[in-house]
Amino acid sequence: MANTVKEAVSAFRRAPLLTGLSALMVGLALLVLGLFSLAAFNLKLALTAIEERIEVVAYLRDDIRSVDMEAALQTLRSLPGVEEVLYVSKADALQRALTQLPEIAEVASDLEANPFPASLEVRFQPGSRTTEAVESVSAAARELPAVEDVRYGREWVDRLFALRRIGAITAGTLGGAFALVAALIIGTAIRIAVFARRDEISIMQLVGATNGYIRRPFLLEGAITGLLGGLLAVLLTWGTHQAVYNFLFTLDWIPQTWVWAGVGAGVLFGVLASGLAVRKYLREI
Amino acid sequence: MEGLSLHVPKGQFVFLTGHSGSGKTTTLRLIHMAERPSAGEVRVSGFSSEKTSQRELWKVRRRVGFVFQDFRLLPGRTAMGNVAFALEVTGTAKHEIRPRAQRLLAQMGLSPKAGSKIHELSGGEQQRVAIARALASDPLVLLADEPTGNLDERATRGILELFWQINALGMAVVMATHDMELVRSFPKARVLELDQGRLVYDSMEGS
Repeated sequence: MANTVKEAVSAFRRAPLLTGLSALMVGLALLVLGLFSLAAFNLKLALTAIEERIEVVAYLRDDIRSVDMEAALQTLRSLPGVEEVLYVSKADALQRALTQLPEIAEVASDLEANPFPASLEVRFQPGSRTTEAVESVSAAARELPAVEDVRYGREWVDRLFALRRIGAITAGTLGGAFALVAALIIGTAIRIAVFARRDEISIMQLVGATNGYIRRPFLLEGAITGLLGGLLAVLLTWGTHQAVYNFLFTLDWIPQTWVWAGVGAGVLFGVLASGLAVRKYLREI
Repeated sequence: MEGLSLHVPKGQFVFLTGHSGSGKTTTLRLIHMAERPSAGEVRVSGFSSEKTSQRELWKVRRRVGFVFQDFRLLPGRTAMGNVAFALEVTGTAKHEIRPRAQRLLAQMGLSPKAGSKIHELSGGEQQRVAIARALASDPLVLLADEPTGNLDERATRGILELFWQINALGMAVVMATHDMELVRSFPKARVLELDQGRLVYDSMEGS
């Protein structure tokens, strides 16, 4: 092991430019993946924020008794996937309408009675914001004697979920393509580095070094190059994030696990590419 | 190669002669197992080309030293570094590497040049470093492919003398050359002549 580390370190010392360029190529390849992750993560956050607004509104009859209203409230709260149920009185509904549409204030003041119905607003737990859950709660609400009408913007919910599906497929496909391109670029960069040392490999074989002995320093070099490239990609992605955040718009930073996964991918690609390149020379010579 | 049947006993000095393309290098590569025969078998010190896997080739390589016309040294290292590299990668204990490399270089008459970079050495000196490296694993046989092809007359004589000395210690030497003057300078050696991949003359059989 000591020899492996010594060989790997001395290889870096002998060709710092080549190593630096390889790490730079790995870094730039992973940067593309990092920027894509940044965009995908923020898109996911935006979709989640929209999803949080999914709700079922059960409009109550004007003439209900408080006991029926209480029963409706309890029934809806006990349904699976329901996070909270808010009671909005007729007065609150009017106030909201006046806040959102100030131009109706004059018309409203001429009215003898408040035309807005009281309602129960049902919000869902994060994992239950699905078409099925929304429809199930809506159906249950319709059965309640206190409820006159139920609305949840079916079309809007369907579109949101369609958008989410398209987003997931696009992110998966594009992410896969970017990862593949990154892997190919990293593979090429490492192969060039190994190619530059093919004479050394050939001499090691010539004098009787075992394949494992020959391979180990290259695998370690691949891992170090991948690690340096991965860290560089994180740094560049962070820089881009800061620039966008400070000069363009608010953007969330990707989760820590994604960052380590990116660095890990760099190391893994580096090791794999090195292993494959050395294997090729071991077979050729 | 076709119909080549050959046995080189321990301690024999063999000249492999023939025109360019006659199969000299291929024969050496077959012995070194860098190439495998499409038919037939090569056996080196108990290792068969049929049974030795790619993973096990290192065992053969430690028994068979190889010296090339173009030396194939690592240019970034010194003479000592090149020999030490061979010892290091074949698992020699750390404390033994330097003294053994020094001994091998002294055998080649290169002690004063141990610290010189490869480009600072003459062709003859570079070939001596290559021979020292080939001997690092203490092989049973030393293969040489036109080892004097790039050298002047004086350096050629010096290298040939080294091969004789090595052979006198009991190591078999198989040297490919098309230089018949070189062959004639060592009458005790066995001479094999190849032509278009066939053995056409063996001095031991006189045919």
